Amino acid sequence: MEFFLISMLNGLSYGLLLFMLSSGLTLIFSMMGVLNFAHASFYMLGAYLAYTLAGVIGFWPALLLAPILTGAAGALFESQVLRRVHKYGHVSELLVTFGLSYIVLELVQLIWGRVAVEFNPPSQLQGPVFTLINHAEQGLSLVAGAAGAACQSAEAVRVICTPFPATRAFIMVTAIAMVVSLWWVLTRTRAGLVIQAALTHPETVETLGHNVPRIFMMVFAMGTGLAALAGVIGGFTFITEPAMAATVGSVVFVVVVVGGMGSLSGAFLASLLIGIIQTFAVAIDYSVLQLLDDLGLASSASLQNNSFAKLTVSQAAPILPYLFLVLILIFRPRGLLGKRET
Amino acid sequence: MMRHPHLSSTANYAIWLGFALVLLVAPWVFTSNLSMTMLSQMGIAIIACLSYNILLGQGGMLSFGHAVYTGLGSYLTIHALNAVSSGNLYIPVVLLPLVGGVAGLGFAVLLGYVTTRKSGTAFSMITLGMAELVFAMSLMFSEFFGGEAGVSGNRVVGQAFWGITFGPQRQVYYLIAIYTFVSVGLLYAFTQTPLGRILNAVRDNPERVEFIGYNTQQVRFRAFIIAGFFAGIAGGLGALNFEIVTAEVVGPARSGAYLLFTFLGGATFFFGPIIGGILMVLAFVLLSEITKAWLLYLGLVFLFMVIYAPGGLAGLIMANVRVMQVGALRRLVPIYAGMAFTCLLMLAGAGALVEMIYHQQLNASLGPDLPFAGLILNAQAPSTWLVSLAIALVGWAGFEWLRQRFMPIWADIQSEINTPAKQEKS
Repeated sequence: MEFFLISMLNGLSYGLLLFMLSSGLTLIFSMMGVLNFAHASFYMLGAYLAYTLAGVIGFWPALLLAPILTGAAGALFESQVLRRVHKYGHVSELLVTFGLSYIVLELVQLIWGRVAVEFNPPSQLQGPVFTLINHAEQGLSLVAGAAGAACQSAEAVRVICTPFPATRAFIMVTAIAMVVSLWWVLTRTRAGLVIQAALTHPETVETLGHNVPRIFMMVFAMGTGLAALAGVIGGFTFITEPAMAATVGSVVFVVVVVGGMGSLSGAFLASLLIGIIQTFAVAIDYSVLQLLDDLGLASSASLQNNSFAKLTVSQAAPILPYLFLVLILIFRPRGLLGKRET
Repeated sequence: MMRHPHLSSTANYAIWLGFALVLLVAPWVFTSNLSMTMLSQMGIAIIACLSYNILLGQGGMLSFGHAVYTGLGSYLTIHALNAVSSGNLYIPVVLLPLVGGVAGLGFAVLLGYVTTRKSGTAFSMITLGMAELVFAMSLMFSEFFGGEAGVSGNRVVGQAFWGITFGPQRQVYYLIAIYTFVSVGLLYAFTQTPLGRILNAVRDNPERVEFIGYNTQQVRFRAFIIAGFFAGIAGGLGALNFEIVTAEVVGPARSGAYLLFTFLGGATFFFGPIIGGILMVLAFVLLSEITKAWLLYLGLVFLFMVIYAPGGLAGLIMANVRVMQVGALRRLVPIYAGMAFTCLLMLAGAGALVEMIYHQQLNASLGPDLPFAGLILNAQAPSTWLVSLAIALVGWAGFEWLRQRFMPIWADIQSEINTPAKQEKS
């Protein structure tokens, strides 16, 4: 039970982190038709900037400043580079962001080195936020913070303590706050309404006197800023290293396709699904071979050495998002909540 | 976009004959071991980039996973080679790259069925997913992919035929050269087939193609299969050339390299990827030896090419050939010389800065001095940094100044080229 609860929470927090990335990507895509290949690079840039800033101005200001700086870099890229290639079509736009991902990766390695940097969460976020205690006699209970004494069992009573890290809880809180404020900005403010209008009717919006290219730039900045915010949080929760962009990048693209290109709610659903599937898969050590054993079927010696039969679910975890992608494309090509088929 | 200069058939024969001659003579001009392996790799890279360009240039399909087909071709070829060595299979070594080709074709049928259901941006994302899927699998199934060590083989198997054992690199080079020549010929022929033509139409206007009764998805799928076949041949040749296949041949970095260099060579002309393939080997073998920062330079060059020269090097060459044909190149020569000089200044300054940063980052323990373009730079003296920065800025300012002068002249010449053409038509 506590395994299920903790895995579920871990999966949700990972899924929410994925959504912080995929929401920015989806916003940019649905607005400009540009799939920003370098989106994960901005995620990485956010993490590294926050790492450096945290040493100078402290963690909490860095958490705010790093996404703003990254968003400014995104705006600069949009107005100076992306806009120039717009006339050549979507392939060129994708290519230019692809080139940017190379450059950002090399610059990060140039400035911060090729090995992981030690980016630790602030003292407020260290340690667990609560601990689940499964006491063999008293049943399941929950203690805020780390449970020191409660985990000591006097006699031969089985007590299992599962802590839930504060960083994970922080991901959830930030992501939910971000979702709510994004929703609020897009549907309840004047700026959000203009953005929504520019999405579907850019010419009309332009005729009404709004500066559409500037709106595009703002959206790009917002999207990259959100990616950077996810990067700061992901950076201290997981690891801050040059490979972090590649690790999360391809999964985010899977999320966007699975959810349905350009659909924000689809991206939300797909993020959570993939986050949960991957987290559970990592924790399950079960293989085809064990399944046959449990079913009471004897397996031959050659089968016991077959690497496919020996493969546990946790070993197969890295490919699950991609398998999911293939299945979705075969059975529902427009994605979970996608509107049109392209 | 695919403008074919109208060549007489004799000129056409001359070009193909010249290509064959270059392939034949190259190993007698560049005789060192290094150049021999590089020439072999260039042949392979040319086939791979040309097959990739069926997707990118001719079909408008930006794939992030082409290494899947070259890589799986490599793996099946090396397994077939090992089966031949152990006597379980009889295929002459000369035909083994075809095993790779068939493997590439098979996987293109299998995976391409899913990928080509979409076009445009979604297609790109799905190819990326496929590439990640295959790469992640390569780390899971070590029987087939050989784990960390990879799968190695020995290409010297069976009876020597006319004394050809494929032991010496030169013999392998000629095998690769023959495959390269035939593949380039076939790939060019493909562009002239009805499928090749309709593929261009699918790239430019899929809706109209649907209207005249073609299934665009089928067209993309068939082109994808053909690209997969030639990619597999390139992979098979690679397996024979290196005699070892490791998981990185299916990796996303390799796929990225095909995309990068095909574009740099020029995706809009048939011969562009040939330049791209040659550049790819030069960059991977030579540039990576010269500087640690080569990927940074590569990324920057790529970015500037996408912005300013979307036709790649082939596009630049053809634009200037047209200028030369109307005899206007003379007006540009001085400004080209100036731009080349200022560009070189800018590169020297910026390059020195980047190299010094890399030196500080990686080799600071070796002392402050680093060699750069025949000079010894002191990476810790502020004067070196200031001078480098000044050179870079002067170069940049000069280049911008010349570029401002260049643009109107260029536009002028272009309109001169275009006007008589219009008069002829009317």
